[in-house]
Order: sequence, then structure tokens, then C-alpha cells
Amino acid sequence: MKKAILYLNQFFGQIGGEELADHAPEIREGLVGPAMELNKQLGDEVEVTHTIICGDNFMGSRQEEAINTILGFLEGKEFDIFFAGPAFRAGRYGSACGNICKAVQDKFKVPTITSMNDENPGVEMFRKELFIFKGGASAAAMRNDVKAMAQFGLKLIKREELLPAEEEGYFGRGIRKQVWLNPPVVATERVIDMLLKKVHGQPFETELPIPKQDLVPIAKALTAEELSKLEVAVVTSGGIVPVGNPDRIQSASATKWGKYDISKLEDLVKGEFMTIHAGFDPMAANNDPDVIVPLDALRAYEKEGKIGGVYKYFYSTVGTGTTQAEAARMGKEIAAELVEAGVKAVILTST
Amino acid sequence: MNKEIEKAGITIVQMANLIPVAKTVGANRMVPTISIPYPLGDPNTPKEQQWKLRYHRVGVALDALTTEVDEQTVFKVKI
Repeated sequence: MKKAILYLNQFFGQIGGEELADHAPEIREGLVGPAMELNKQLGDEVEVTHTIICGDNFMGSRQEEAINTILGFLEGKEFDIFFAGPAFRAGRYGSACGNICKAVQDKFKVPTITSMNDENPGVEMFRKELFIFKGGASAAAMRNDVKAMAQFGLKLIKREELLPAEEEGYFGRGIRKQVWLNPPVVATERVIDMLLKKVHGQPFETELPIPKQDLVPIAKALTAEELSKLEVAVVTSGGIVPVGNPDRIQSASATKWGKYDISKLEDLVKGEFMTIHAGFDPMAANNDPDVIVPLDALRAYEKEGKIGGVYKYFYSTVGTGTTQAEAARMGKEIAAELVEAGVKAVILTST
Repeated sequence: MNKEIEKAGITIVQMANLIPVAKTVGANRMVPTISIPYPLGDPNTPKEQQWKLRYHRVGVALDALTTEVDEQTVFKVKI
């Protein structure tokens, strides 16, 4: 019989919730929590022999130590496949599952499988390197998600032929594999067929999918006439704040943003504004904050009538070490304020 | 941030030094700046020259807001 080992966080490992997220890695013989369902789904051919449990914060903040400890647990153990999660939409857990799967697969050369919801940042971090199954948003999807991991695990162990990622149910790794078609249809026929479908506006499927970037629809251009009547708002990730940093925005990995009244100012001057960005030498921006928030130039365009004015607040945060998720959240919050204020034009300066 | 603001229907232009990063994260209108620590004015040049550069590039950004684009676009600057 083949053997499997499962990784869980402190919550699913039944240690406890957030207050126990610092729980150090441990390994237990036998089945804990979701390991039971996994063992059941794997049937008679594969047995889950051990469950590894590690607190999400322990893995997050002492990652190297956590991974080395776990690799140490696994040293000398016989196992043919390694599972982690499912992590659903839990970001830290997803990242932990990704990190441990990658480490285990690199060191022990066994296949690893995990499962996450598409909103989990762990997906983008690890999809190119791992089999990450498309999981549900919450633990309500536990049974389905475990089943998907188990079924694919059995296929890997039995070395069955694998279908494309989309059909198997994991996030595409961007790997292109050549296959023999059955029945064989030569490329010239396939391409003409595709072209005809395209010409006739029928659906067709490309054989070389290009990973799609998540772009937003382009906002329509304003007319010069409109712009001459509109206030332009400035948003920056360059960390410009009033001296003293009243909102205590972090100098790196920011989770806060601030807005500062510039309605009576013509220019941002040294001694009143500064940058708190820890990702570059602040001297130039401290001497002249306009190099990041170009209020002086915007005032000039206001006087010329090119723009109606400058929105009374500028918005600021720090864009170094800031996760995309945090940046998106802050962006959403700022956008909501701007929409509320009727702002239609924004200059975003980044450093 | 750019994307979230644009998603809200606001016309936005990003002034960035790392244009490839701005592109990757999905900015649609982009204007290059000259560096990370001083995007709009090199302190090693005279104040007047810094002002000219800043005034020019902010102008390009404002023009970008009034330019219809159908794909991610980097607007050209002269100074």
C-alpha cells in the first residue's frame, strides 16, 4: 500500500484558532481532522500515515525554521505523495500550503497536491510550480475539495495519463504539452477549421492559450473641455505625508493610507511635507516633495485653465513590500472616497 | 490601486519609473518618470530644469487623461 502525509494549519489540525497561530510544527501518527476524509477518499490503495500541523503565523514569520523542522520530521519516513490543505480562501494558510508543498517536492521528489480558492493569494504565488486544485471559499467545501485532491493523487500514483489542467480541475501551470490527437487531424485542417469558426462568429478553442492578465476596462478619455472644468486628484504610493506622519502610515508593507488637505497650498515645501517611504533614499523628496506629488505643476495648469483645479486632498500610502491584496483594498477605499466626491480624473504617482 | 480606481470609472494615469511593473499590475495609461527617489525632478540639475521636466511630464499625464486608448499605453515624453 502507498503512503501519504497531510499538512494542516493549527485550526484544521484542531489545536485552536487565531490565538494559537504561533503553534510550532508537530507531526502526529495517524489522522487528524481533514486527514480522515482524505484517507477515506484515497480508498484502499493509499493510506494517510501522518498529519503535520503548524500554526499559520509560525509558518509566516519563521518560515525557514518551520520548513526545516517539517522536512526533518519527514526525513526517513516512507511516503509516496504529500498533501496540504485545502486552504480555501485563507491567505496565510494558502501561502503555508504552497511553501511546504514546494519544499517537500524539491527535497523528496514526491508529488504534492494542495487546494485553494481562486481568491487565495497563494494561487498566484505557487500555481506555476504546484498542483493547486480549485477549491471552495470556505470549509463548507471541505469534502469536495478533499475529494478532488484525492482523486488526482490516485491518478498520479497510478501514473495514469493526465488531462489538461482545466479538465483535471487545478490551476493551469502555464505548461504546454504536446499530445497526439485521436483521431489525428493535421494542423492545417485544424487551423482552417478554427479560422472558419472565427469568421462565422462561432466559438472555438485556441490550442495555445495565453495566460490572461487581469486587466480592467480602460476608463474613457475626458474631453479637454471637461478636464478644464474638473478637479484632478493626486494619489501616490511614494509616501508623501505632512512632517510627523500624523496617520502613522507604515514605511514598508503599508496597510494604511492618509489624505491631506492641499486646498490652500501652491506648492509642497520642505519642512511641511516629507516622504516616509523606506524603499528609497528620501533626501530628494524631503527637499522638494513636489518631485513625487507635483502640486506646483498642477497649480500652473490650473492657472492656465487646462484643468479646473486640484482636488482638495491628496491621498498617500507607501508602496514597498505592500501586498497586492492590501494595495487593492486601499485602492478600493480611496476610489470610494473619490467617487463620493465626484472626482473624475486622477494622477497616480508611484516610486 | 490604479486598477481599483479605474474600476470605479475614474479616468486615471499612472506616472511611474518602473513602467514594466505598472504594466504588469494593469495600469492602462502610463507616463514615465525619471527615477524612483525623485520621479519628477533630478536634484542634481538646476531648479529651473527640474521644474521644466515636471511641468512637461505632468502636462503629458493630463493629456493622457484626454486621449482615448484601446490598449495599455505608455505616453511619450520629450524631457
